[in-house]
Amino acid sequence: MDKANPYLKRAKILEYVLKVVLGTAAIFIGLILPLTIFFVLYKESSLAIEHFGVLNFLTSTDWDPVAEKFGGLVPLVGTLIATFLATLIAAPISMGIAIFLVELSPNRLKSIFSTAIELLAAIPSIIYGMWGLFVIAPLFGEKVEPWLQQKLGGVPLIGKLFEGSPTGIDVLTTSLVLSIMIIPFMSSVVKDAFNMVPPIMKESAYSLGATKWEVIKQVMIPITASGIAGGLILSVGRALGETMAVTFLAGNVNQIPKSLFDPFTTITVALANQFTEADTDIYLSSLYFLALILFFMSFIILYLSKFMLLQIEKKWKV
Amino acid sequence: MTENIKIQVKNLNFYYAGNKLALKDINLPIYEKRITALIGPSGCGKTTLLRCFNRMHDLYPGNRYEGEILLDGKNILDKDVDLMELRTRVGMVFQKPTPFPMSIFDNIAYGLKLQGIKNKTELQDRVEQALKEAALWDEVKDRLNVSAFSLSGGQQQRLCIARTIAVKPEVILFDEPTSALDPISTSKIEELIVELKKNHTIIIVTHNMQQAARVSDYTAFMYLGELVEFDSTDIIFTKPNKKLTEDYISGRFG
Repeated sequence: MDKANPYLKRAKILEYVLKVVLGTAAIFIGLILPLTIFFVLYKESSLAIEHFGVLNFLTSTDWDPVAEKFGGLVPLVGTLIATFLATLIAAPISMGIAIFLVELSPNRLKSIFSTAIELLAAIPSIIYGMWGLFVIAPLFGEKVEPWLQQKLGGVPLIGKLFEGSPTGIDVLTTSLVLSIMIIPFMSSVVKDAFNMVPPIMKESAYSLGATKWEVIKQVMIPITASGIAGGLILSVGRALGETMAVTFLAGNVNQIPKSLFDPFTTITVALANQFTEADTDIYLSSLYFLALILFFMSFIILYLSKFMLLQIEKKWKV
Repeated sequence: MTENIKIQVKNLNFYYAGNKLALKDINLPIYEKRITALIGPSGCGKTTLLRCFNRMHDLYPGNRYEGEILLDGKNILDKDVDLMELRTRVGMVFQKPTPFPMSIFDNIAYGLKLQGIKNKTELQDRVEQALKEAALWDEVKDRLNVSAFSLSGGQQQRLCIARTIAVKPEVILFDEPTSALDPISTSKIEELIVELKKNHTIIIVTHNMQQAARVSDYTAFMYLGELVEFDSTDIIFTKPNKKLTEDYISGRFG
């Protein structure tokens, strides 16, 4: 039959070619590219891995280019602290924005707000960094932080978090700017999760006499819980990488911060600041090792979030 | 046979957002403690009409009603109507089972808690009573605390019916309640609906004409947003007055 119909035959060949071309592209982007990146990072960091050992590197606070002693604990902890705090600030705000956009805002405002938030996401992150340095840092260093210190410094336990001299170049401002950077992203992921709730689920609650707030609290949030969690984690992954832009704000001091007002460093900050200075092989290799650690962290976090987002899709796809 | 009118629809027009006329000048009585079926081809407005009775359309901006729907003589389209209260008087069951992500017990208790009932014994009594009325009690009495998702589709739909009757509505709206169910579950739901008319006024939208014939006392046939004919189900299915109704009933279009 194929021979009898040249048109069908051509269509078949075209389909085959398309399959091969697109398949190759997919394999390249999805498999070969990340593997290559991993391989390069691994190869370049192998010197440091051999020299210091994985466990030693991860637990050492040394970072001494002169003595050629390197450890990743300080930037690693810095990354985790900044990411954690940024998520802590961004999560409730993003939830609020998403709830407002999906359920509360009138239709006309909905599109205006959505666009505005998407625009925020489109601003290059380095601009947030500059804004942080020139607006947030002085404001916090001169006004907000001394005020916080005065009000909360004496409180037992949490008072310790507000010790030191407030300069505005510290953990607090870094986390804050970072959180502002991830809010657009986080709120749109949560918004998408809310939009996946089938309308009849909401209507069922309304039909029993529920108010808007009751529907949000008792139906929408429980249904989307795993999706929201996935969205939050996805944003955490984003925050991990975005720390680049807060290079200005972190202070690049190799110490584990004890207070919110201490300058510190993160993996991306260390990479951004030091690649050009790395004059020895072991120095460079140690930086590569840091990059490899970040690569792994992002990978695990992304995987976790995809897994959780999948859970709600499986359950609620109509 | 004397019949009380529970709901009287008067000159009802309904517009979806964008001024799209979906219901044209509907006049229709709904008799108390009877089952009224709304039938007609897809897009005829039967579900649109059903959703007017508990003002579900108000959830989406831009929708507009004209005319009156009198529930016990009071126009429910008035601005001052409390929608939460209206919806506890006019309950609704949907095309697909919609259990909430909580236990069987909490699903049934949900509407009761919304009404502020906190007393544990009262909640337990009302939940048991609702489940018994929905013919689900024997199947779930030993596992009231497991997730409602563990039930089969048919059981989930009876759960949703139980959840609706738990708040003791006067009117129950069924929007194609069996469209997602197998024949056995369907016949159970149908029996249940007939049973429910002892205490409730029922309006059911159905695609399935046999279902309308089996369960309903009155039938309204709609076409292109208009009410073509309303009469007792016997008459609609045996000797309808309008040619259009007859064509639809006999399967000549639809």
